[in-house]
Amino acid sequence: MTQYDTVIIGAGHNALVCANYLAQKKQKVLVLEASSAAGGLASSYEFHPGFRTSVAHTVSHFSRKIYRDLELQKHGLTAMANPLPCVALNRQGNHVVLDGDTVSGVTEKDRVSYANYSKLTERFANLLAPFWLKTVPAIGNNSLHELLSFAQLGVKMRMLGKDDMREFLRIVSLPTHDLMDEYFDHPLLKALLCWNGLIGSKQAPRSPNNSVMLMLYRMSEGMSGLHEIPNGGTSRLIDALCSSAKSQGIEIRTNSSVRRIVVDQQKEGLRATGVQVDNGELISAQNIVSSADPKTTFLTLLGAENLEIEFTNRIRRIRSEGLVAKLHLALNGLPQFTGLDQSDGQLLISPDMATIESAFDESKYGQCPTDPVMEIVIPSMRDPSLAPSGQHVLSAHVMYVPYKMKSQWDQTAIDTFIDKLINKIELYAPTIREQIVASELLTPIDLEQRFRTSGGHWHHGEFALDQLFMMRPTYGAAQYQTPLRGLYLCGAGSHPGGDITGVPGHNAAHEILS
Amino acid sequence: MSDYDFSSERPKPSHFQQRQDELNIHDAWSSWNGYKFAEYFYDVEFEYFCVRNTCGTYDICPMQKYHITGADAEKMLDRMVTRDVTKIRTNRASYVVWCNDEGRLIDDGTIFKLGDDHFILNCGSPCSAWLDKSAFGFHDITIDDKTDDVAAMALQGPTSCAVLKSMGLENIESAKPFSINFFDFQNARLMVSRTGFTGDLGYELWIDHNLAIPLWDAVYKAGHDLGIHPYGDQATNMLRLEAGFIMPGYEFNEALKTVHFEHDQTPFELNLGWLVDFKKPHFNGRRALFDEKKRGPRYTLTKLDIEGNKPAEGSFLYSNKRCTEEIGYVTSGMWSPAAKANIALAMIETKYLEGEIWSEIYYEKELRQYSKVARCTIKHEPFWSPARTRATPAADF
Repeated sequence: MTQYDTVIIGAGHNALVCANYLAQKKQKVLVLEASSAAGGLASSYEFHPGFRTSVAHTVSHFSRKIYRDLELQKHGLTAMANPLPCVALNRQGNHVVLDGDTVSGVTEKDRVSYANYSKLTERFANLLAPFWLKTVPAIGNNSLHELLSFAQLGVKMRMLGKDDMREFLRIVSLPTHDLMDEYFDHPLLKALLCWNGLIGSKQAPRSPNNSVMLMLYRMSEGMSGLHEIPNGGTSRLIDALCSSAKSQGIEIRTNSSVRRIVVDQQKEGLRATGVQVDNGELISAQNIVSSADPKTTFLTLLGAENLEIEFTNRIRRIRSEGLVAKLHLALNGLPQFTGLDQSDGQLLISPDMATIESAFDESKYGQCPTDPVMEIVIPSMRDPSLAPSGQHVLSAHVMYVPYKMKSQWDQTAIDTFIDKLINKIELYAPTIREQIVASELLTPIDLEQRFRTSGGHWHHGEFALDQLFMMRPTYGAAQYQTPLRGLYLCGAGSHPGGDITGVPGHNAAHEILS
Repeated sequence: MSDYDFSSERPKPSHFQQRQDELNIHDAWSSWNGYKFAEYFYDVEFEYFCVRNTCGTYDICPMQKYHITGADAEKMLDRMVTRDVTKIRTNRASYVVWCNDEGRLIDDGTIFKLGDDHFILNCGSPCSAWLDKSAFGFHDITIDDKTDDVAAMALQGPTSCAVLKSMGLENIESAKPFSINFFDFQNARLMVSRTGFTGDLGYELWIDHNLAIPLWDAVYKAGHDLGIHPYGDQATNMLRLEAGFIMPGYEFNEALKTVHFEHDQTPFELNLGWLVDFKKPHFNGRRALFDEKKRGPRYTLTKLDIEGNKPAEGSFLYSNKRCTEEIGYVTSGMWSPAAKANIALAMIETKYLEGEIWSEIYYEKELRQYSKVARCTIKHEPFWSPARTRATPAADF
């Protein structure tokens, strides 16, 4: 029997990043994936014969350091593409387009404001940067080394100068809505700039206290928070990570669902010493690393009886109900959006911030939005292999679709909602309905079941101030180690959180090796 | 002006209220967990001497009584408390403490095991929220708060066994300490545990609340010639201090109610290390307690015999007579009639236990304040621990 240094539960991108770093230090690593392919929410699968897609349709600020460290270029991930243009769609074709540093479709006044706004937010996002590729120190841990990242924040804030520092403190807790109103006039531009901060979270433009903070947080890793699609598609990232893994002798076993984490009773207390997979096989290792979400890891795989009571209670309380549904359309041709030459980019359907807010309001009470808002990407434009030649895949993140519906999710509810979404898209792409070959809607419940993430939450836990930094997923497990010796976390439920950044996996590997 | 009339704060009557009202000649009531509760009935020292020389009854209706049942009940309790619950035999009681994740004491109490899947947890403060949290993740478990449904009294003192015998409880004298026994009482089940909080021979009686008054009358009828009297909270405090038992609000501050950092205590600090079973691979607070055990507790609860006769209640402790170096504080202190000594429980920094201990005592004499510095001697045995407490069969006296 092979003796592994580390067994990693799940083969999402963070797990693969973590595995690669561990293998670089000569660890013998086994990655166990329940589904038939690696990649988790970024893995691609066939949703209709000949048509493939992945839940994550873009890569959001994947760490350049990881890209370099793991030499992903050598493994087929050629230079990441430039950030995708963001297009706020208008029914008449008067779109607002954000492409790199320039914004078009708005007044000169908004253009100037945007330049100022970008500079300001970039400076502020830079403040939060020291926290990304680092373990956030635990409160009460006063070691000099660990306190340095806090000191760095302090120094950076001081260096902002008085005016910027005041401004930072003023806007960091603003609802995005207010910040947008201060800077811009065009409703589409405001909606567009909000969107990338909000996506995947349980917040809307008017949510108090941390929506600007959230936006800055996501901008702070680089890429100004914009999304990208690597040459050849999102799945190239997973392919590259897997190829790198293979070259380092990492074993990735698919269709290997972990039933439980094996706990050994030792004099010093309990210790994770292995896992049991669904066929009953026991696999032991020095370290067990879970990329599953914290609730699954602790409550399902480990069991409350092996944890302490207050810790268990904090895990149980993690807010992890997803609020995004995924729409996939198989199309017999490239969709034609009114007034758009190229449907390449992140296409936003929401005329203004109020529509986003209303959709959120309805979701609070267990209803699907009457007037849905969504972000569309045509991934097959970057990765032709996703659809038969000349045909395409439309992928949409539909925000504010509740996990818990007032009435149950059933096939009728799903069909009705798909129809509503297509009607909506039709307003912007009038011929879309005739192009549809097949459709699929994944509600948060589907995401939960299919991808084994509690609540179907992309980020394994709500992105909010109370669940970030040294509170992610909760104190006692925020430094990738857990209360159970031998067990670590490396997934989106850990700092710095979700999106396709690879950073939790990077940071976890650092902790395991230290 | 608010029209709030505070009526909801009126303590509710105990199941024994009718009889206790007749006896509480000073109307000296306080409350415990929302129940009306006697501070004392006639005179604190009289009540104390009743328990030490004959017997007394103490109302424990306000004590919280949780019935924990189901196949997972034992596992859940075993993870919650520091002692090994799997070692408790059926119809036996066990003194336990439980801690938060940091190993700080939440409360103490007794676990009664009535069957493999039936336990009762008795404790001083409501803890259903903690029990619910502790039960999360266990599937076959039910927690029932029976506090309001059960009438319970402690019957303590040398003649307590004789009283129960005279009530007709057959063979009660052979009940061992910490045993749980059942008797028929007016066609209902009377549970009698040989437990108590006085350090003396004694029992606790548990019955359906509808039979509270008949039980009271039967006990008092049987005890009439055996010196039975009720005793209140103040006498209890004297009795338990002589026995060396800890009391919340004196020796420990319940961790879940503690605001200031480390103003709560650990079992090791409370000298209850014997209740912490590291042979168990897991229980709440184990990691923190394991570290503390290696390090040694910062404080240790210590029994002191203090020279003179002035109670040292609330006094500071020093490592020298000049009182220049503070090393701890007295948590409870009194003149002990049974030990004929000026006794105290005190929290002392462990590293100073080897050296001299001096207490700075403040006292009042007809409105004038005085202070004195008295030498303290550490006692390792309880101030009061007669053989009759443990003897089986229990004698009549």
